Amino acid sequence: MKVSITVNGTATESDVEPRTLLVHYLREHLDLTGTNVGCDTSSCGACTVHLNGEAVKSCTILAVQADGTSVKTIEGMSTNGEMHPMQQAFMENHGLQCGYCTPGMVMAAVGLLNENPNPTEDEVRFGLEGNLCRCTGYHNIVKSVLAAAKK
Amino acid sequence: MTMTENRTNTVIGTRMLRREDPALLTGEGKYTNDLNIPGSLHLAVLRSPYAHAKIISIDTSAAKALPGVIAVYTGAELASEWAGPMPCAWPVTPDMKNPAHYPLAVSKVCYVGDGVVAILATNETASRDALDLVDVQYEPLKAVVDVEEALKDNIVIHDELGTNKSYTWPLLVEETPGCVEEAFKKAKYTVSERYVQQRLLPMAMEPRAVAAVPQPFGGDITLYSSTQVPHILKVMTALTLGIPEHQVRVVAPSVGGGFGSKLNVYAEELLCVALSRKHKLPVRWVEERTENSQATIHGRGQVQYVELAADEQGKLTAVRVRIIGDMGAYLQLVTPGIPILGAFLYAGVYDIPKAYDFICTGVFTTLTPTDAYRGAGRPEATYAIECAMDALAREMKIDPFELRKRNFIQKEQFPYTAFSGLTYDSGDHLLAADKAAGIADYAGIRAKQAKQNVPGATKLLGIGMSSYFEMCGLAPSRVLASLNYGAGGWEAATVRVLPTAKVQVVTGTSPHGQGHETSWAMIASEKLGIPPEDIDVLHSDTAIAPLGLDTYGSRSLPVGGVAVAGACDKVIDKAKLIAAHQLECSADDLEFAGGIFSVKGSPDRAVPIAALAFAAFTAHNLPDGLEPNLEAQYTYDPPNFSWPFGTHMAIVEIDVETGKIEVLKYVAVDDCGVQINPLIVEGQVHGGVIQGLAQALFEEAVYDEDGNLKTTTLAEYLVPAACDVPPVTTAHTVTPSPTNQLGVKGIGEAGTIGAAPTIINAIIDALSSLGVKHMPMPASPQTVWRAIQSAKK
Repeated sequence: MKVSITVNGTATESDVEPRTLLVHYLREHLDLTGTNVGCDTSSCGACTVHLNGEAVKSCTILAVQADGTSVKTIEGMSTNGEMHPMQQAFMENHGLQCGYCTPGMVMAAVGLLNENPNPTEDEVRFGLEGNLCRCTGYHNIVKSVLAAAKK
Repeated sequence: MTMTENRTNTVIGTRMLRREDPALLTGEGKYTNDLNIPGSLHLAVLRSPYAHAKIISIDTSAAKALPGVIAVYTGAELASEWAGPMPCAWPVTPDMKNPAHYPLAVSKVCYVGDGVVAILATNETASRDALDLVDVQYEPLKAVVDVEEALKDNIVIHDELGTNKSYTWPLLVEETPGCVEEAFKKAKYTVSERYVQQRLLPMAMEPRAVAAVPQPFGGDITLYSSTQVPHILKVMTALTLGIPEHQVRVVAPSVGGGFGSKLNVYAEELLCVALSRKHKLPVRWVEERTENSQATIHGRGQVQYVELAADEQGKLTAVRVRIIGDMGAYLQLVTPGIPILGAFLYAGVYDIPKAYDFICTGVFTTLTPTDAYRGAGRPEATYAIECAMDALAREMKIDPFELRKRNFIQKEQFPYTAFSGLTYDSGDHLLAADKAAGIADYAGIRAKQAKQNVPGATKLLGIGMSSYFEMCGLAPSRVLASLNYGAGGWEAATVRVLPTAKVQVVTGTSPHGQGHETSWAMIASEKLGIPPEDIDVLHSDTAIAPLGLDTYGSRSLPVGGVAVAGACDKVIDKAKLIAAHQLECSADDLEFAGGIFSVKGSPDRAVPIAALAFAAFTAHNLPDGLEPNLEAQYTYDPPNFSWPFGTHMAIVEIDVETGKIEVLKYVAVDDCGVQINPLIVEGQVHGGVIQGLAQALFEEAVYDEDGNLKTTTLAEYLVPAACDVPPVTTAHTVTPSPTNQLGVKGIGEAGTIGAAPTIINAIIDALSSLGVKHMPMPASPQTVWRAIQSAKK
């Protein structure tokens, strides 16, 4: 099936098997490998992207369902080589170690602040419930998001 | 002389932001499965649905007929590909039983997830679709799930061994024969405890991935793998496949966490290499999470019996330990050695006489093989002694902190020769414990607890602690030899000052989240006086860094980082000869600081190392006999383990009616000697603590009686999310290690080691007024509620 999806501001078009997940469309058809796959049950959130401005797990959506939408991935977060304030906050607060959950975590965190620009620590912790990290113990991720909120 | 004594550090000790981060934050970092390798075939592995079964027949015809499928192989069909079985590098005893283990099972499967058939297809989807088309007929056999049951040999898993017992490894240290038994007879107090270290799934967020790429002409092969151990993997791949070692290159691209689970040589790595050679095409494989749960090693898996004897003051007089280690179905790379790594730590941080009796029995079950998982043997040991110390304190009706104070090895006793003959390099347990108690307000919490935990209270307050030593920085090669480990424990580094005074540091460590690029550049910058941004750190590619023993056992800094410092010293020594030649003085008259050599007493007669690098490159005017270029390689074999230590405390509140546990505060005071980068140290502690806390509260690989893993996904296996865990209050004491020039100790595993006993002790402390004395892990609300109910009876 043919799908047309605007990804990081660029129109893309491809023939996909109907069962192709959005994450596989991004990774395999567009070679946007920043979006990671960490599980097969929509539990880990490593594949989180923005679909029409909202944070979604790209493994829960078929590429054909995303037809006609606008998707933003981690590759689209920098502007003119400057990292997004959330990315900067993660760097400044050591909010990542191995980095595998990081793209999804950053996308989810940006989504969280879009909905709640001044969250409490608890709201950050519950807001990121769908994204798992095995390295940081979340301490510095929470700190990063709170710091980004203040930027 | 340590660097800290020598001069003031300007780079070491700063909270430098990580240079690794921008690539990872922007999605530009490449993990193995991100690599674009045109023309690759995709491997899928059909796995056993049975824990224990004979393979009667395999029909692959339908799978072969599927469009896109290139080939389908059974274990029997690939038998001639292997020069030998998969490696176990740690035969802990001469008579250890080790069943032959091949990448695919041939006649029998021994755990759910055991590989049976390999499928190659032109795309991943076809390779996985074909899995459903293979017809395997099995004759199911009875599963062996429980280690203590396995020891009875009612069902023997590996017929050729005749038993499920792999080995018995004793460590008996007695001042006089029979003194352990004597001590228990004479003891005023004894405790006898049984603990279960439940199996854990390491769950690195990046599942494993492999790509084997044949090189043009001659049979060379490049193996990309999500591994912690490219160097070990290179040797073992060569040996297992009968390929000359120099034809194998292993590259670990960005690696998304390991925690020990990627410290191995896996079937899929060998299958990809074998099949890529057979088909003369790249072959790649990526693990699904459900596969990861079954086909990647598990951690822990021990039953522990620990007995303490103490005099009337509570001073320990003897320790007796029996542990049964669940090996799983086969011995992976270091499976049998994992419980042994804890063997020396069952007396914890306490000053005990030579009265220590330890026996570990390694046992096969029909479950996924176990192996190293963050801490590897040492969290298990620390858990046992620290929970037993609390049990002893309850027995004596004294405060557990007071009991520890009576037993701590004292600051003045360091370096301390332990009962085992090992030397603990440096420590100050009381300092760390007092610091933790101060931050946690131990006395205040005890006072509050006395008021709160009254009969009828619905919320009970508890405080728990654990003091630990981590035997890490693996390891002095001679000590490893005495433990029958199949390799040394050194680490190599090369420091190369390029003509333009930019530096390449080549390390044999293989980071996967620990920030070595940043920390090693800081070490080299401090030593050479060259800005860190001018220093590149190269690693994780055996063609670029041919010498190395990789990253595990909190060894990278105290062995690999020290090797970097040693290589810098050699570079400085060589540069000094050139400087003396240029300045027409004796090398002994030169001093080196901030990247500049100057004549002592005449600071205007000076030359920067940058100029010397160029002079070494042009070689126009070097001292007679000196080799051109400014480069040195150094291999460091540590004289001792490194012994980080600390005390953790947790304050919990438990809802008596629901069993719900709230961790109100977690305090970690760790001492890893001199800190290269405190930002990274804290990050390691945070992550380690939460992994240990997760063992205490959430995680367990649950098997049914037929050997089926019931927690195969992240929906069932409870890796905590941010909302499930508390913030971690970190603090440090700094007791430099006297055994290395940087004064450093490892910190990767400390958090995991401290956390589980801290949490469990806090929970039991909260419930002790109800009569609860034991708390199995994971202490879920249901488990806690049940413990409360049975204590009421």
